[in-house]
Amino acid sequence: MFSNILIWFVVIPLLMLAGLALCRDIKQIRAVAVAGSIALVGLSVKLLVDYLAIRAAGNTDPMLFTGSWTWFAPLHINLAIGVDGISVAMILLSAIIVFAGSFASWTIPQPKAFFLWLILLSTGVFGFFISIDLFTMFMFYEVALIPMYLLIGVWGSGRKEYSAMKLTLMLMGGSAFLMLGLIGIYYHSAPAGQSLTWNILEIVRNNSISHGWQCFLFPMTFVGFGVLGAMFPFHTWSPDGHASAPTAVSMLHAGVLMKLGGYGCFRVAIYLMPHAANELAWIFLVLTGISVVYGAFSACVQTDLKYINAYSSVSHCGLVLFAILMLNTTAMTGAIMQMLSHGLMTALFFALIGMIYGRTHTRDIRAMGGLMKIMPYLSVCYVIAGMASLGLPGLSGFVAEMTIFVGSFQHADVFHRTFTIVACCSIVITAVYILRVVGKLLFGPVQDKHHLELTDATWWERLSTVTLILCVAAIGCFPNFFSNLIRFTFSPDIFAVLGMN
Amino acid sequence: MDATLPILILAIPLGMFLVLGLAGCKMSHKLAGTLGCLGMGTTLVLAYYTAFTYFFSGSPEFVDAAGNRLQALIFNQTWLAFTDNLVIRLGFLLDPISAMMLVVITTISFMVHLYSMGYMRDHHGVYEHGFQRFYAFLSLFSFSMLGLVVATNIFQMYIFWELVGASSYLLIGFYYVKPSAVSASKKAFIVTRFADLGFLIGILILSYYTGTFNFTELTSAPVEGLAGVFQISESTAAGVKSVFESSATPVFMGASVLTWALVLIFMGGMGKSAMLPLHIWLPDAMEGPTPVSALIHAATMVVAGVYLVARLFPLYLMEVSALEFVTWVGALTALYAAIVACTQIDIKRVLAFSTISQIAFMMVSLGVARPEMHEGLGYMASMFHLFTHAMFKALLFLGAGALIHAIGSNDYTEMHGLRKYMPITHWTFLIGCLAIAGIIPFSGFFSKDEILSSCLGNSTVIYVWMSLVAGLTAFYMFRLYYLIFWWKEHKVHEGHHAPHDQPWTMSLPLIILAAISLVAGFIPFGKFVTWNGKSYDFMAHFDWSVAAVSLFVAVVAIAIATVMYRKENPLPEKMRAAMPGLWKWAHHRFYWDELYMFITHRIIFDGICRPIAWFDRHIIDGTMDAFATITNKASRAIKPLQSGQVQLYVWWYLLGALALGGITMLCLL
Repeated sequence: MFSNILIWFVVIPLLMLAGLALCRDIKQIRAVAVAGSIALVGLSVKLLVDYLAIRAAGNTDPMLFTGSWTWFAPLHINLAIGVDGISVAMILLSAIIVFAGSFASWTIPQPKAFFLWLILLSTGVFGFFISIDLFTMFMFYEVALIPMYLLIGVWGSGRKEYSAMKLTLMLMGGSAFLMLGLIGIYYHSAPAGQSLTWNILEIVRNNSISHGWQCFLFPMTFVGFGVLGAMFPFHTWSPDGHASAPTAVSMLHAGVLMKLGGYGCFRVAIYLMPHAANELAWIFLVLTGISVVYGAFSACVQTDLKYINAYSSVSHCGLVLFAILMLNTTAMTGAIMQMLSHGLMTALFFALIGMIYGRTHTRDIRAMGGLMKIMPYLSVCYVIAGMASLGLPGLSGFVAEMTIFVGSFQHADVFHRTFTIVACCSIVITAVYILRVVGKLLFGPVQDKHHLELTDATWWERLSTVTLILCVAAIGCFPNFFSNLIRFTFSPDIFAVLGMN
Repeated sequence: MDATLPILILAIPLGMFLVLGLAGCKMSHKLAGTLGCLGMGTTLVLAYYTAFTYFFSGSPEFVDAAGNRLQALIFNQTWLAFTDNLVIRLGFLLDPISAMMLVVITTISFMVHLYSMGYMRDHHGVYEHGFQRFYAFLSLFSFSMLGLVVATNIFQMYIFWELVGASSYLLIGFYYVKPSAVSASKKAFIVTRFADLGFLIGILILSYYTGTFNFTELTSAPVEGLAGVFQISESTAAGVKSVFESSATPVFMGASVLTWALVLIFMGGMGKSAMLPLHIWLPDAMEGPTPVSALIHAATMVVAGVYLVARLFPLYLMEVSALEFVTWVGALTALYAAIVACTQIDIKRVLAFSTISQIAFMMVSLGVARPEMHEGLGYMASMFHLFTHAMFKALLFLGAGALIHAIGSNDYTEMHGLRKYMPITHWTFLIGCLAIAGIIPFSGFFSKDEILSSCLGNSTVIYVWMSLVAGLTAFYMFRLYYLIFWWKEHKVHEGHHAPHDQPWTMSLPLIILAAISLVAGFIPFGKFVTWNGKSYDFMAHFDWSVAAVSLFVAVVAIAIATVMYRKENPLPEKMRAAMPGLWKWAHHRFYWDELYMFITHRIIFDGICRPIAWFDRHIIDGTMDAFATITNKASRAIKPLQSGQVQLYVWWYLLGALALGGITMLCLL
């Protein structure tokens, strides 16, 4: 069992939890967190290298590194794991953000409890991305969601109890739909007479969910995951939740957890029920198309830095779901690229906002100004993050958005064309709100005399931001590496079912 | 041709940007400036060498047996593959216009690098804050602009197009403490971004129907190997057209899909080249340091739109309606900007509007070019004017920078009578004015004359219109010249030095550019740059009658300007009083800015964003909160049932038992 590299993505966080439990002071806690997150980054890089080597050797299995261990035989529940290019990319993203997040919470109060919950959360995240068994996948999903309540409720700011409750309840509501959907899939996972299964690969192979059931189960699972992907109109937990969450939690939540939504929509809803996806995609295309411009327009008039970013996330994550629903390889590749890009970029944003908030004790852009003069390092990073967000070539946002737009434009009918063009308009609105906040916050005269005494970034803050910026630039400068990693793993089977390329 | 030099042309400015951007703050100002100049100087030499090789080596890579110039792909690397066909490549395309642009960009950029060494410090020789950053951004801009002109495919062009916009944003907002600079940079970025939306959709349409981004495939006949004459062959044209016609919706809202694609792509060009109605960012962009205005907002970036149309010219030829659109947008812009330029007070704004007007000349020239008429003279004339305009307009801007540096104000009312104090600036500025006015033998004369010749060949209306604009050009330039250097004696404020000429780092670029403006008209452009690579002689399409008319118009306009502005007199006031309405509208730039402010603030912000934000917080979020409230209320409402009072439970028990019993009885009966 432990010879499988994937298992270690769950084992390492568990070991970290054990280590943290034994820690006595902040130094030991930091040591455990840093060592663990470095191990995770190293492991995910090794996974990437191994994965590419096996693919280069000509292996065309849909999933690699597969393994399955029985957990509860009567209900066919297994711990089944395996990865394709998409999961590898997501695991890499999660490891990097956990790494950056550890440094961003260097001076958090009550560090032991905080890191315990944070690492438990990342256990859930990694477990989710390696699972190919729907039941364990769902279990890890819940493991990732619950700690959020405590992390926001205890370490948050502002109306933290309200936000924590709202976020948890809304996501739980989504989980209820999801649960229903998953159980439905389970009971139709095999033709009559054969034993049922939770395993995604087997369900695809069996292809036994009837058309009618697909049309019922697809919306269930899509909405269930869509809530976490901040799909309109189920996105309102996001502004409040992000605004109240502490820095590292915002980073992890927007950077990784929201990706669980997009990933789940693809891996479960569309992958298992392609017919229904083809038929019902238009409903969700309308909703996600609205998300894209609606989030962007809302972001234009916010005054709280975190609200701006939360609405911007609604817009960007809307684009992820939008592209997934286009149901062609190019757009879906773009969707996964957008997940990577948005994850890194938003994590960077929230890290910077946390650092600025830690100094100025306000997030109201009207109360700040001219920070470029006071903290040039953080301000330059903020500009870079902003440029990535508005899609400057050379940074990650551009390549992801362009892949999505080119892919979406392959549909020639008026409905898809209209919504593609509407989504394209977001590049202008994004520029408006990003430049608005950059102009108010960083440029211009200094607003508050007290801010003049503030200091620039410390070494751990620099390490955290530099890591993220380098990753954003890497995707932006060498997109083909990531694009190919993702593009060639889209199983031709589902597109064959849809009669598309 | 070996790929090393072309790679270096792009890599050196990029490397400079990274070095100066990352380590600049650790360097002394002088070192940073010297490094920047050295880097750009090296790029200049390499670019000259590359262009020289292209035009004069006669290698079969660049010229075919019949003497036609070819397009050569020096290298072309895959950058991002969307599908197997739609691939973004980063490469280096060498053809007449890209070779010419290499020369223009590196020349102006090097001049500006040199000039800034003097300009970006005060009279005591103290360097400005952020000097290193300035050079870093200049390098970034040079890199992006060079990447744009050598693009091998339309998506590479779009990528560098965006980068150019971002570096322009950074440079306009260089004085980031000044709120006016911040809002000007924001405006420039957002307006051009809006235009780029059109460009992007145009690219999507074009690539969807043709299945390629590559310029060579879009605009030229496929030839063995990588090279090809970039004249679209009849079979290719027929192929492309049939692709569009056989598509699902060959006509959309009364225009063919190809027309839509070309017009939308042109919209991107309208944004960058500040064509009406997307011109509003350019005058405000003058908030940037003056060398930046000379480089980006006069000579190089703003002609990107012209370059884009020229690059896709064979495609535009397939849809004459798209070309007519280009012509009329250009013609309207030219007239509008020329009228406004007559009334501005800020010397940089006069120059900015003059730039808009001159770029519109280039657009018109492309719009009227037809292969059957003077062998597509308009295309050559447009590129010729682009070249000469870059030189003399950079000269004028750098001259204006010298004046602003000496006086400390952008306002000509603070200047007057400076000719005796600043002779070098005066003479070079005069040369620039003569060139733009189109006086023989200065460079503007030749390029403008060829534009007018090609207009005449296409339509008399356009010809008369553009001649009128040419007259206005001569008038407002000499108005500016006289108001700065003549009008009345210069008043030296007490406690100030008399204004004086600048250090050599600033004078040298002025003198070099003045020399180029003097002789550039004699370059036989037709030998080098034509729309299909076929050369023709310098005088082949030179029309003396057109030349005589335009010269006459220019001289008359200059004479009027001389009478009105050489010495202080009441004539300008009288003129102004004679047509107060026109003057007021022109002075306020026909209220375009107010219109845009209204649209953005009243309609977009107040009419869309705020209602949406309110809707989100109160309706959507309100609904979610309402679920919670209802749940809470319901639980409170049934809470008293669980009171702990046994008597109450007994009552409920009895009630329940009776009810059940009653129902049973009813059922039994």
